[in-house]
Amino acid sequence: MATLARLQARSSTVGNQYYFRNSVVDPFRKKENDAAVKIQSWFRGCQVRAYIRHLNRIVTIIQKWWRSFLGRKQYQLTVQIQRRWRGYRVRKYLFNYYYLKEYLKVVSETNDAIRKALEEFAEMKEREEKKANLEREEKKRDYQARKMHYLLSTKQIPGIYNSPFRKEPDPWELQLQKAKPLTHRRPKVKQKDSTSLTDWLACTSARSFPRSEILPPINRKQCQGPFRDITEVLEQRYRPLEPTLRVAEPIDELKLAREELRREEWLQNVNDNMFLPFSSYHKNEKYIPSMHLSSKYGPISYKEQFRSENPKKWICDKDFQTVLPSFELFSKYGKLYSKAGQIV
Amino acid sequence: MSQRQVLQVFEQYQKARTQFVQMVAELATRPQNIETLQNADGVSFTLSPRLECSGTILAHCSLHLPGSSDSPASVSQSAGIKGVMSLLRTLLLDVVPTIQQTAALALGRLANYNDDLAEAVVKCDILPQLVYSLAEQNRFYKKAAAFVLRAVGKHSPQLAQAIVDCGALDTLVICLEDFDPGVKEAAAWALRYIARHNAELSQAVVDAGAVPLLVLCIQEPEIALKRIAASALSDIAKHSPELAQTVVDAGAVAHLAQMILNPDAKLKHQILSALSQVSKHSVDLAEMVVEAEIFPVVLTCLKDKDEYVKKNASTLIREIAKHTPELSQLVVNAGGVAAVIDCIGSCKGNTRLPGIMMLGYVAAHSENLAMAVIISKGVPQLSVCLSEEPEDHIKAAAAWALGQIGRHTPEHARAVAVTNTLPVLLSLYMSTESSEDLQVKSKKAIKNILQKCTYLPALEPFLYDAPPNILKHVVGQFSKVLPHDSKARRLFVTSGGLKKVQEIKAEPGSLLQEYINSINSCYPEEIVRYYSPGYSDTLLQRVDSYQPLNN
Repeated sequence: MATLARLQARSSTVGNQYYFRNSVVDPFRKKENDAAVKIQSWFRGCQVRAYIRHLNRIVTIIQKWWRSFLGRKQYQLTVQIQRRWRGYRVRKYLFNYYYLKEYLKVVSETNDAIRKALEEFAEMKEREEKKANLEREEKKRDYQARKMHYLLSTKQIPGIYNSPFRKEPDPWELQLQKAKPLTHRRPKVKQKDSTSLTDWLACTSARSFPRSEILPPINRKQCQGPFRDITEVLEQRYRPLEPTLRVAEPIDELKLAREELRREEWLQNVNDNMFLPFSSYHKNEKYIPSMHLSSKYGPISYKEQFRSENPKKWICDKDFQTVLPSFELFSKYGKLYSKAGQIV
Repeated sequence: MSQRQVLQVFEQYQKARTQFVQMVAELATRPQNIETLQNADGVSFTLSPRLECSGTILAHCSLHLPGSSDSPASVSQSAGIKGVMSLLRTLLLDVVPTIQQTAALALGRLANYNDDLAEAVVKCDILPQLVYSLAEQNRFYKKAAAFVLRAVGKHSPQLAQAIVDCGALDTLVICLEDFDPGVKEAAAWALRYIARHNAELSQAVVDAGAVPLLVLCIQEPEIALKRIAASALSDIAKHSPELAQTVVDAGAVAHLAQMILNPDAKLKHQILSALSQVSKHSVDLAEMVVEAEIFPVVLTCLKDKDEYVKKNASTLIREIAKHTPELSQLVVNAGGVAAVIDCIGSCKGNTRLPGIMMLGYVAAHSENLAMAVIISKGVPQLSVCLSEEPEDHIKAAAAWALGQIGRHTPEHARAVAVTNTLPVLLSLYMSTESSEDLQVKSKKAIKNILQKCTYLPALEPFLYDAPPNILKHVVGQFSKVLPHDSKARRLFVTSGGLKKVQEIKAEPGSLLQEYINSINSCYPEEIVRYYSPGYSDTLLQRVDSYQPLNN
């Protein structure tokens, strides 16, 4: 009895406790379940993979053997073909006596041809070398003659190569006659190819005039008269050009100015491509005319567009042609200028 | 005022440094000065007032060698070397660029002279400094520094390894990309000298990426640069097939083959050597060289005036022909054999050797090729070489080549025997002056030819002079030919051959005895007895023992 009373007193709390304990366990249960599921799935995956690997190995072995078998079959075939071919080749070419003789004849002919060609080549080289040598000798002799040109004989005095006791002059004499005397090397004047105003200005400056060497003084009487100061004269003669502003501008100054302006404006551009109108986007598209204007017979007039068409009833594809001109009477209908004669 | 004086002090010092470095560089061009430079110790000089700028400048100074006369010369020498080296090393770090360049030039010339100085350069730690500054300086310095590296690297593999260890290869490869052709040339030369010692150093050079740049250098217009680049590629490719493959993969073969037509002789010589080094390693490489269409252009090089060009051209053809019968066939079809034979005829000495070997290789492959050599008139030329040449190794090569030609069939052997080379070969084999190699080769050649020779007039002299081992073959050949040819039998008897055969002493049962028996069986018994030795004695004995019939 006492227990019954005790139990009854606890019954509500027991219920609560029971519910509480079960609900507390729930999330853990879920978690544990998930964990167990994961582990199981992973393990099963490993199993399956191992099985597949095993199968793979077996399959590879089988394929290996099968392919080697096939290859051997193929090999036999190819070996047979090669055997036949090699026998044929050897019998036709290698062991064939006449073929061998032919071949040797051809080889000896080739050899002769090559020998001849090589000899020609060697001869050509020798000739070239000889020519080069001769030319070098020529040049040397020419240079010597140019250096020694002062030994040339004059009308009064015979030179050392032109002894009067000789029948004819020494070959050196002839060489000297042909030779042009050597001059001292002058500093090369640079060529100016573009002729612009600035270049002309530069070439009139005092430094760039080619001054010849001062000639020896001629002995004669002094010229009479008061002369200007030589420095003044030179100054005047070699005075640099002072062009006006108009002349100093280049002839195509407008074009240059335009270019200049364009260049300055270009600096401000964000993008080099021109900004095109939208119409050009549709340049390549075909023009789809509006309904007003499209029909098989040409643009339809206002009145016609309300007429319905039945293509099945058409007799032929072409429109009616005007074969005969209309009456002149009706051609002027409504077309005269005077309003008075409305009805003609 | 004092500022100017101070500046003047500095100027004087700079002038003195420049003068010193320039004089040392100039002195180092002459070998006799280098000895004195080695012994000079920069430490203890008393400045003589008469310091003149002449070749004997150091003789005017009072030299004070460290240590007394009984100290070993190497110590003083090493101290002396160290003296010069340390002075030049400090000047290498100088502020003024011209002094640096001249100091580098002087170092290069010193190191060029002998390997002690080169080792000293390495020991004084000059190389890292050079390598470091090579990257930044102007082209004169680069040229001078590359010259130093080349001078050090050319003496021995250890020195070259020292250069590689201080990281010079990368900077040299950078120099190869420079604009100035002089710098490129100096760098390529240095790489060449490093790579030519052994395969590891070549591999190091290749790993630094030098090969594509060298191939680019070959295409440059300057001839000197082309020469050096071609020789560098040749020295890289010669060590092993992999290195040769690297050179081929960089596309060098096509360019080299195009440049064979260049008229410069030294360039041709380097190109041909490069191609032969590439093709000598394997069949594939040789085929690749052949595909670059060198035939028949190479044959024109065989007619060149320069000896080295001819030698290298025949080397190239030899390296191609030696690999397979197909390649030899190709060479023969292009008429190469005739050209090589003419080339052999026009040269002397070592220049002939590759050509002779080429003929031997071609003939060794097959009998058709040997026949091709014979109809190109190769055998008379080879026999001329055999008899004329003084050097043993060339004679050995000629003997070997003749053996290869004659060993295939009786036709071939006859072609060789007709030119009367067999007695020459025999005399070479027998003479005591020939080297062992020559003796072995001539013996083999004789044996090979004799085993096929059926040309009896050439064999007959052999009966008289040959040693027993060769005699056996000779008699064997006779025994093969005589049973079938009656004219030959008659000739054999009248020329005294049968008599000689009877005089040969042979052990019963040996091969020689069998041969002799087979020869004897070709003749009637009386003749054999007639010619047997001592037959006249037996006859006389019979006369003595004959009792005339008394009637």
